[in-house]
Amino acid sequence: MEIESGKKMTPIIPGIASAIIWGLGQLMNKQYIKAIFFFLFQLILVIVEIATGNYFTGSYVIRENGGFFVKGIWGLITLGTIPRKMSLTGVTDGDHSIMLLVKGIIVMLVALIFVAIYAWNIRDAYKTCKSFNEKCTRLSTRAYVEELWESMFHYIILIPAALLLMFLSIMPIIFSALTAFTNYTKTNMPPTHLVDWVGFKNFMNLINIPVWSKTFAGVFSWTLIWAVVATFTCFAFGLIQAVILNSKRIKFKKLWRGIYILPWAIPGMVSLLVFRTMFNGQFGPVSQFLLDMGITSERVAWFSDPNNPNLARITLLVINLWLGFPYFMALMTGIMTGISSDLYEAAKIDGASPLDEFKKITLPIVLNQAAPLIIMSFASNFNNFNVIYFLTDGGPTNVNYQFAGATDILITWVYKLTLDNQLYNMASVMSILIFILIGSISIWNLRRTKGFKED
Amino acid sequence: MKSSGEISVQSAIKENRIHKIKNHTITALMYLEIIAVAIIVLVPVLWIVGTSFDNSSSLATSSIIPKNPTLNNYKKLFAGTDFLIWYGNTLKIAVVNMICSVFITTLTAYVFSRFKFRGKKQSLMLIMVLQMFPSFMAMTAVYVLFLNFGLLDNLYGLALTYIAGQIPYNVWLMKGYLGGIPMSLDEAAMLDGASRLQIFRKIIIPLAFPMITFLAVSTFMAPWMDYVLPRLLISSDSKKTLAVGLFDLISSDANNQYTQFAAGAVLVAVPITILYVALQKHLIYGITAGSTKE
Repeated sequence: MEIESGKKMTPIIPGIASAIIWGLGQLMNKQYIKAIFFFLFQLILVIVEIATGNYFTGSYVIRENGGFFVKGIWGLITLGTIPRKMSLTGVTDGDHSIMLLVKGIIVMLVALIFVAIYAWNIRDAYKTCKSFNEKCTRLSTRAYVEELWESMFHYIILIPAALLLMFLSIMPIIFSALTAFTNYTKTNMPPTHLVDWVGFKNFMNLINIPVWSKTFAGVFSWTLIWAVVATFTCFAFGLIQAVILNSKRIKFKKLWRGIYILPWAIPGMVSLLVFRTMFNGQFGPVSQFLLDMGITSERVAWFSDPNNPNLARITLLVINLWLGFPYFMALMTGIMTGISSDLYEAAKIDGASPLDEFKKITLPIVLNQAAPLIIMSFASNFNNFNVIYFLTDGGPTNVNYQFAGATDILITWVYKLTLDNQLYNMASVMSILIFILIGSISIWNLRRTKGFKED
Repeated sequence: MKSSGEISVQSAIKENRIHKIKNHTITALMYLEIIAVAIIVLVPVLWIVGTSFDNSSSLATSSIIPKNPTLNNYKKLFAGTDFLIWYGNTLKIAVVNMICSVFITTLTAYVFSRFKFRGKKQSLMLIMVLQMFPSFMAMTAVYVLFLNFGLLDNLYGLALTYIAGQIPYNVWLMKGYLGGIPMSLDEAAMLDGASRLQIFRKIIIPLAFPMITFLAVSTFMAPWMDYVLPRLLISSDSKKTLAVGLFDLISSDANNQYTQFAAGAVLVAVPITILYVALQKHLIYGITAGSTKE
């Protein structure tokens, strides 16, 4: 830092200068490297726009001449104006609405980064000038970078995670949420058709068109039952197994635990596909076994009997129990080792039976500690795509439903709407509804955990 | 006539015997239960191992102990399919995912746990909640993004989606863990003139090692059996991952290679299962850390 004598000026002036040309204010503040740094960003902005656009043709139409930024925002608003057409001279170059939509969102996010740098540029010009006026000193660029590293350390470290999330998590979510307000379906597929904004029409259809509302009600209620029962059975059985294994009566604890942990350790998809083949209606060994034993007189179509959807549902829950209890058993074992043995000894002195000990000591502590994870497990069961998709694929068929089977939960229905039936707009409507439900449960849940209460 | 004393002694003996019988019965019942559960757990596992050695290709006749055990399924799997390539691809993704995830997650969690800054709580909440958005539509957007940036049908592009997808939960978990490491350690080091990156390297990383192990294992596991993402983002045969390759063996009706699938499943499951069982202490530790007292 050096003391300089210089003319003082109102800090507004370099601020406005930076607002017009990035870095100009820094130049007036005699911070040349910083000036170049900010100016570079403006240069990039302009060069990208000009290089990707078509600016030197005389006339200017956004659709024809706009670059990355201008055309991107135009695309987001209009979703294209001219579809691809076949003409005598061949295919004309049309607008692909969905490409335009995604690009538009990407452009908005990139523009957001530039806006942030722009704001920083103006603020910096203003503040530097102000502090110069007060102290008559200014930081060298080097000292500024050091100070910046100190004061912005946390933001700088967060950049990689923020960028990844911005483009691979937030951008796709914005896209899929926006799709719910368009007419993007298989009868209206770009590039030969244009997709348009339709407002809340799809949400209205879900309520007003009976086959949609009926399917939604049916699938939604099964999803709820599935999520509650699946979570409860896995938790309860995991807890029982953990308590039994914890008992002094049982020897070779490590061996038993090693066996029980297998369903958790074996990659889920392998187990699911194994069960899918074991319970196959035509040649699966489970049916064969029951037949050989004389328990049933014919093969049982576990997952595909349209007259007996509840059989498929119960089988799903049982298989899910096989898959899910080890996680809870491991969790409960972990929590139970943390319970002080003093509590149990005191209970013994008071003449408590083992059942009392379980009810009064183990259960409350375990429930209290595992509550956030139980709720999280509920949320993941609610969206448990793999179990349903790989075991039943939503079957058995249900003729009353719109593109859904008897065991379809919302998420697998969304998958079918998206990939099999290309009703992208309705799939997005459903995604938004699921999100509102699961999102609010999760927020409520997170706010109660220790990590959030601390700060 | 017996004195009352004798009676009470006798009844005490009798009671003791009843107590012992009751005790033994309970123990026996408990053993019965754990053995039954163990059998239920083991049958599907043994069945798939047995099937992988089965000579016939029909499933109905396959059993836990095959009649004519053979290695044909394994030979066919290596000769007839790109199994090794799938394995290599998946391994590549898993390793990239593990290294990048652990690095980014730990640093990000460090910032969230040690610094106060504007928008901290909101951003943490935002990323946690946003990832609850259940969206196959979102994949369309990822598809278009990758199309524009040349990442489609690219293993590293796929790895990027895994890394991004795992950041929120893992940061939350790691942040909770780092919160348990006393701030006084940081402050003492700060007084000794350590920079923040030095504090991170020399204090935080060693102390957070159990959690880092958990993160490494769980991020390494994630890509092995994920089906939907590689199905959508990977198109060429040479870049298939294991999940897609194995599912294709049994999904199409014309292509019912169940016994080969069994062999493949065994080859995937064995190393991962061994890893899990060997590291179960760390894993239990990790999931328990996710639960928190109120």
